[in-house]
Amino acid sequence: MEEVKPRISVYCAQNATVVTLVDEKILDEETISALEESIMPLIDGPVNLVIDFSNVRFLSSAVLGLLIRVSKRINENKGRLKLCSIEPQILDIFKITRLDEIFEIYPDVKKAMLTLK
Amino acid sequence: MTSKTSTHEKIVSSGIISELRRICAKILCDTRQFEYSEDDLFAIHLAVEEAVVNAFKHGNKRDPAKNVVIEYDLSPQKVDICVTDQGKGFDPEGLADPRVDENIYKTDGRGVLLIRSYMDKVEYNNAGNSVRMTKFNSKSA
Repeated sequence: MEEVKPRISVYCAQNATVVTLVDEKILDEETISALEESIMPLIDGPVNLVIDFSNVRFLSSAVLGLLIRVSKRINENKGRLKLCSIEPQILDIFKITRLDEIFEIYPDVKKAMLTLK
Repeated sequence: MTSKTSTHEKIVSSGIISELRRICAKILCDTRQFEYSEDDLFAIHLAVEEAVVNAFKHGNKRDPAKNVVIEYDLSPQKVDICVTDQGKGFDPEGLADPRVDENIYKTDGRGVLLIRSYMDKVEYNNAGNSVRMTKFNSKSA
């Protein structure tokens, strides 16, 4: 049986669920669909979600679309979304697209969690 | 230090995304010989990724029978990459700006903006099915 590589690791801390993206590069539709299928069930209710990008070194614009879908779902369910640990090259993608203005972005998980207290 | 001064390649690829990504990886690998900065390589990687995805998805409409032609010239001074699909083309000037408030929550439409932001020169042919992108080596500026 083929081993399925997990795309995220998840833990619950205080009043938030922390999702760490495992892949260094997030590009192809298969990976993005797998991510979406993993994340969406976690945000069915009013969940505070922190997405940790510390492993991510490269992503395409398709990932931004996924983040917007996640953000919409969280808003519908009255939760909150925080992104963190985005390295400078990738943060530039958010700035160029102005998505740094609609996502709450923090330097690390700890700082993101502090805002949810 | 490499003794190479320039490289020219023209690859006619089947329009299969995994094959196109292999070509992207080859372009990046070949570019590394010319000692571009990590920021330049990131920019080239992102622009080529967005261009081939656009060619595959919007140009060829995911039809694997349609080809994508990738032609590139690499030198210590600059990288020129041209990506051409077999689609009907589009008007790049007619694209909605994904940064404006009414579009900011749209889940797609940011690829061309990123290509234009990360490359130094970007031109589309009249038909709109071919994009030529240039990145100058920031180390040799």
